[in-house]
Amino acid sequence: MALYFFTPFIAIILTILGGGIIFYILGFNPIEALKFYFITPISNLYGLSELLLKATPLCLIAIGLSFCFKSNNWNIGAEGQLTFGAIVGGGVALLFYNQEGFYILPLVILAGAIGGMIFALIPAILKTYFNTNEILVSLMLVYVSKLLLDYLVVGPWSNPEGFNFPETRQFSDSSRMPLLFESLRIHAGIFLALAAVMLSWFILYKTYLGFQIKVSGLSLKTAKYAGFKGKTMILVVFMISGACAGLAGVGEITGPIGQLHRMISPDYGFTAIIVAFLGRLNPFGIIFASLVVALTYLGAETAQIFLQIPKYTGQVFQGMILFFLLASDYLLFFKVKILNLKKNELRH
Amino acid sequence: MSLDISFIGILIGSIMASSVPLILAASGELITERSGVLNLGVEGMMIIGAISGFALMVITDNLFIAIVGSMFSGVIISLIFGFLTQSLLTNHVATGLALTIFGIGLSAMLGKNFVGIPGKEFPILFSSLRESIPFFGPILFGHSIVLYFAFALPFLTNYFLKKTKLGLVVRAVGDSPVSASNQGINVIIVRYCCILYGGAMCGLAGAYLSLIYTPQWIENMTAGRGWIALALVVFATWSPIKVLIGALIFGGITILQLHMQAIGFRIPVQFLSALPYLMTIIVLVVISRDSRKIKLNTPTSLGRIFYKEK
Repeated sequence: MALYFFTPFIAIILTILGGGIIFYILGFNPIEALKFYFITPISNLYGLSELLLKATPLCLIAIGLSFCFKSNNWNIGAEGQLTFGAIVGGGVALLFYNQEGFYILPLVILAGAIGGMIFALIPAILKTYFNTNEILVSLMLVYVSKLLLDYLVVGPWSNPEGFNFPETRQFSDSSRMPLLFESLRIHAGIFLALAAVMLSWFILYKTYLGFQIKVSGLSLKTAKYAGFKGKTMILVVFMISGACAGLAGVGEITGPIGQLHRMISPDYGFTAIIVAFLGRLNPFGIIFASLVVALTYLGAETAQIFLQIPKYTGQVFQGMILFFLLASDYLLFFKVKILNLKKNELRH
Repeated sequence: MSLDISFIGILIGSIMASSVPLILAASGELITERSGVLNLGVEGMMIIGAISGFALMVITDNLFIAIVGSMFSGVIISLIFGFLTQSLLTNHVATGLALTIFGIGLSAMLGKNFVGIPGKEFPILFSSLRESIPFFGPILFGHSIVLYFAFALPFLTNYFLKKTKLGLVVRAVGDSPVSASNQGINVIIVRYCCILYGGAMCGLAGAYLSLIYTPQWIENMTAGRGWIALALVVFATWSPIKVLIGALIFGGITILQLHMQAIGFRIPVQFLSALPYLMTIIVLVVISRDSRKIKLNTPTSLGRIFYKEK
């Protein structure tokens, strides 16, 4: 069990080593490049705020995904649920674009969560009633939602005074997340993420629903035998997951962005899958993992400025983390086998 | 605007050209999936093929080396996926996603010095016939050799799967790895081969984009075609011939929206772009409802980890 939570650290160390080798091959001083990547970005207050800003949506989405993954439901369309949540939440925010009022932000947030939830229900309902593969459906819907957003921001929702830029009006101040500190971008959305962590811990480890989710993940047959309502559970985990992704989307547009445009998320929904795995589907593990993965985003931006390498390199690190993590799971598997053998030998 | 016959010929020719990367990648992925392996890394393998093909063309100035090299790099990158899923028994979905994320990042890193370099003209075959025959000329002639290969590939794949012994082995491994294994087939080796073959085809699909279709290197230039190719395999219900038809439909939608934009048609282009994805979902629902239909061609063990007790 200890090894189960230890291997993510091995994966991170191997990723850093692997990154150093790649930098060396590309002709950079590996130590210096890695310093620009992992230390420079968080060596000041602004950097730390940016780290938390990027970790917030990753953490929220990964928490939601952990419900799906724990129960063997492969929702990989969180990016779509994020986008659709942002569309619905953003739509509400645009309704109130020239109004102020304390009630507006909660409405926008609620709309975002519901939007994400509805969008996640599509693969869930198709899976439960039509037996379709949720991996493919949720993935296809990512592109549908992105194209819908694209249509809205260039078409009906585009800013009438915006000189045909593909973006909507700015939201009013009442639709914006309150900032925690002046001059830093970190906003109140981080409390949503922390609340999600607490709530998910409570649901997963202290309620009957959490028990059902975990049992179904371990053995579907056992879950059926125990009389759990499988269909309802699939719908519930997808709704939780979609709501979290929707919240992440609405947090981005009411937080740092302040309007809708094409690029509301640098694939947070896909990267959060890595976060969920790296955090071992454990609420507190996910907090840690979201900070690590957020650092790869920040590091890529810093490296782009100082080393002139494309910021896509963040994805090299994200991919490597997941590769090494999955590979190190083999060690666990192997260890289990060895232990089993020993037990058998003892019995004989 | 005039819709004369020669214009339609040119239109069909351009639809064929735009469907080539989809046919190549989807045919490769189809073989991989038929062996029971779901590789979501198509987009990543394609983009690696695109950059390595273009880089090799610039460095060696030899298009043959570039094409072969792109396929080879597809093989190498899919080897990571194969090693993880087959030898280390990792989850197919997560590994495939990691491969796509990794591939997009790595290609941008490798391609840093190749941005803005103009590509080389790729030789086309029968260019004189293209001009001289109306309508059929632009459809049948004046294409690159890769296009002709791509249009033959679904038929070759179909023949391979249905008529050859090796094809039967691949299908057996995909449908029931346990029984195949009991028959003495080495399931892991077969799956490795299918994964590497898929990698080679995705690499070629990427090189088609960076060497022939739009001869230059742009970051993230595959632009979601890998995901469409994945959708296409499902859309075609794992049948190679239907991959060809689907690729022409999906490629046609891409070309159609360009022309519609040009003539100011009223349907928003985004709705047209969303069609391939929506059609795939509808096809999935239709085939999944009827369990007999889905059993017909769907590899039963798709995405499941096979482990041989020793």
